[in-house]
Amino acid sequence: MLNRISTFLYRRPKLVLALLLLPPLLWFVVVYLGALLTMLINSFFYLDGFTGKVVPEFTLRTYAKLFETTNLQIFGRTTLMAALVTLACVAIAFPLSYYIARFASPRLKTWLYLAVTIPLWSSYVVRVYSWKLILAQEGIVSWFARLVRLDGVLGWYLGLPAVGGPSLSVSATGVFLVFVYIWLPYMIIPIQTALERVPKSLIEASGDLGANSAQTFRNVILPLAFPGVVAGSIFTFSLTLGDFIVPSLFGNSSFYIGKAVLAYQGTSGNIPLAAAFTMGPIVIMVVYLLIARKLGAFDAL
Amino acid sequence: MSDSAVLFKNVSRHFGDVKAVDDVALEVKDGEFFSMLGPSGSGKTTCLRMIAGFDRPTSGHIYLYGQDVSNLPPYERSVNTVFQDYALFPHMTVEDNIAYGLMIKKVSRAQRMKQVDDMLDLVRLPGFGHRKPSQLSGGQRQRVALARALINHPKVLLLDEPLGALDLKLRQQMQVELKNIQQRVGITFVFVTHDQEEALTMSDRIAVFNQGKIEQVGTPAEVYEHPATSFVASFVGTSNLVSGEVAKRITGSDARFSIRPEKIHLAAPSQQMGAEMFAADGKVRDVVYLGLYTRYLVELDGGGDLVVVEQNLKTTSMDVMKVRGQKVRLFWQKDHVRYVGG
Amino acid sequence: MLSKKKSQPPGERASWGLKLGSLAALLFLHVPIWLIFLYSFTTDESAYTFPPPSLTLKWIPQAIANPAMQEALMLSLRVAALATVMALILGTLGAAAVYRYDFFGKEAISFFLILPLALPGIVTGIAIRSAINLMQIPFSFWTIVIGHATFSVVTVYNNVLARFRRTSGTMVEASMDLGANSFQTFWHIVLPNISTALLAGAILAFSLSFDEVIVTTFTAGQQQTLPIWIFGQMLKPRNRPITNVTAMLVVLITALPILLAQRLTARSSDTEGEKS
Repeated sequence: MLNRISTFLYRRPKLVLALLLLPPLLWFVVVYLGALLTMLINSFFYLDGFTGKVVPEFTLRTYAKLFETTNLQIFGRTTLMAALVTLACVAIAFPLSYYIARFASPRLKTWLYLAVTIPLWSSYVVRVYSWKLILAQEGIVSWFARLVRLDGVLGWYLGLPAVGGPSLSVSATGVFLVFVYIWLPYMIIPIQTALERVPKSLIEASGDLGANSAQTFRNVILPLAFPGVVAGSIFTFSLTLGDFIVPSLFGNSSFYIGKAVLAYQGTSGNIPLAAAFTMGPIVIMVVYLLIARKLGAFDAL
Repeated sequence: MSDSAVLFKNVSRHFGDVKAVDDVALEVKDGEFFSMLGPSGSGKTTCLRMIAGFDRPTSGHIYLYGQDVSNLPPYERSVNTVFQDYALFPHMTVEDNIAYGLMIKKVSRAQRMKQVDDMLDLVRLPGFGHRKPSQLSGGQRQRVALARALINHPKVLLLDEPLGALDLKLRQQMQVELKNIQQRVGITFVFVTHDQEEALTMSDRIAVFNQGKIEQVGTPAEVYEHPATSFVASFVGTSNLVSGEVAKRITGSDARFSIRPEKIHLAAPSQQMGAEMFAADGKVRDVVYLGLYTRYLVELDGGGDLVVVEQNLKTTSMDVMKVRGQKVRLFWQKDHVRYVGG
Repeated sequence: MLSKKKSQPPGERASWGLKLGSLAALLFLHVPIWLIFLYSFTTDESAYTFPPPSLTLKWIPQAIANPAMQEALMLSLRVAALATVMALILGTLGAAAVYRYDFFGKEAISFFLILPLALPGIVTGIAIRSAINLMQIPFSFWTIVIGHATFSVVTVYNNVLARFRRTSGTMVEASMDLGANSFQTFWHIVLPNISTALLAGAILAFSLSFDEVIVTTFTAGQQQTLPIWIFGQMLKPRNRPITNVTAMLVVLITALPILLAQRLTARSSDTEGEKS
């Protein structure tokens, strides 16, 4: 019986292909693309301010709202945060990636690779939670500041506008620190991959041609690692743009894109505005990806 | 028809616009060691894959011992294959690899193990049953692949460049061994190779493929001595192909002909020939001493080159080098000349 | 472990600055997780005081017995299990299709499958939320599972496809050549060769689903998965010691299988899948 089914299928490779491809394709087209489409449709509806109900009529007035000053500020603030987080991640990730790629012995390399991937895969919420413990007023950072008698500096810093707040756990600085911590592994791995593709002979050749190690680093290694940096930045940038957990937990009252989307769809039930808002990060990411492709980042993924 | 093991009737296989196999007719006789020889992309491997059932003809029919198998899947044909990369199952021991076909046929375990031992003896790997393929050398894997196919007593055994991955010495040893095994088990072997020497050594008959078509089928001697086309003449061994004006000066006709380098003799320019000989005059432009024999490149007086090979029966490298630049007369027997078309 | 001897030629040693920078980055990645373990044993119930005034084991049984936590944990486990099964089926089918056949748009498939993971989580979240809203589907267990399965497929797909590509393609032909039909070939040859990849993919899919919070926020309605419960506890801390212990449990539940998955993919790349 099975033999006959098998032979039946053997003579019809196109049917087999269809049977294999149909379930995942159907799922993604119906569930995922379908959902994205309803999001797009929703963004052209609007919320009636009096009844509090979504009016299913085509309109651009929801999109017009995105250009109000407060909303433009939200986009600006989030993009700036994403950019700063990305830069900080590059600065912290590069030495470690460089060490793993060029100096670690194979055995040590396996361990270091694990040390980077475990935080990447282990629970996101819990990793965020750990910073609640760290940044709390009575937590380890304040304790350490007192220990080295820098609590005055910390107090002064928290008094600054824009970056400060009542405590580190309620400040833009707190949001920034947690973002850097959470997305750092996404930066380390692509840079390391890119660095490992730099052939040893190239580095030797550069030394051979009379470059000292600093020159070799600047002229050979850095340009070749750059696609990896761009690839990593796709993650850090995109993930920061879309996150609402961290700003909700560590931020003050100022909104970020994710937090705004959550608030619009949740408390006010304004799904059209939430959907239109989401188009923001999508557009920013598409532009970013196009630039990244120009810079050759997709080879390093 | 019953004594033809494999029969191709107007078989074509197209991949899009590419005619990988183009209207091929072919017959392999029962018990024969049959080689399909040709450069890569000539259609020989596609033909093999169609016999095995991995590929199906776009048009035409394939018969195995009289049965039309064109539409049968691989597991319903009594044909087995030795793959170029051996395709051993990495998660199974050598024993389980060899017994795989029997296990599928639900042969009892005791029976299986006995036959596996026989096979391991046949391919000279006794005691290797419990190893994993990754613990074997290339030559040993190749023997296991052979045993795994032969244990099923296929009517035809297909070999897809099985010696390609081995080094020269091992390859020559395996050529002899394969031929021995074939004679012992008496199964029809269809052997695909791009190595003309391999095909000439091992085969009863050879089919020479080029661009999806068969150029010639014959015994090694026939293919070598009487190449049917200029392609065969140049692909199997080396040949001097002479045509046009140069041919006319030598033979009196401008028909294209081929002459093997080893059939040509070197002589002093004044040497007289009998009527059964062709002759041509020229100057030795280059000499390559190759130990067993020496290769001369002779520039003919009226234009064109001929390659001549002579065994170093009495000559030394010092002697042959002196010939460079000298005027010579070349001659060869008229019946060693093959007039070839295309 | 950074001071281990390295097999580099002289003059190629890492500078002290580089070593310190690497060590700092590693500590930055790991110290916060250690702190979670420390805080699970603190006697301080109302604040995150450091150093802990004193240590105790009493929160662990209390946390495990907490009904809200238990309920959230059970929901998370059920969702993750079902999402993993769906990801296994869809991901394996997709990988097999892409590996065995050539078809129009094949190159786009990988890109397409990774989209839900690569785009910001709120995109997938709000998209599914819009669909739920537009079609007036009530929130349920299933709305969570659908969201999770969608972004988990790619982990299985990537693992299985990578394994297919590493194993010799002629093995399937060899099996059929030796008399096995497609089903026998799948059972005896294909499955044993991709089993570790399936397991690794499943583990990753499971942990991805188990601690997902962003998409879930939009698809869960009033229900609480464990990450959402923890998120709620962080917004309005009611029961800090229990949250601390739960956080530690989540780290263990996700990190240990990940270690296993790493081993599975690393080991099999040495021995299996020879490619002449």
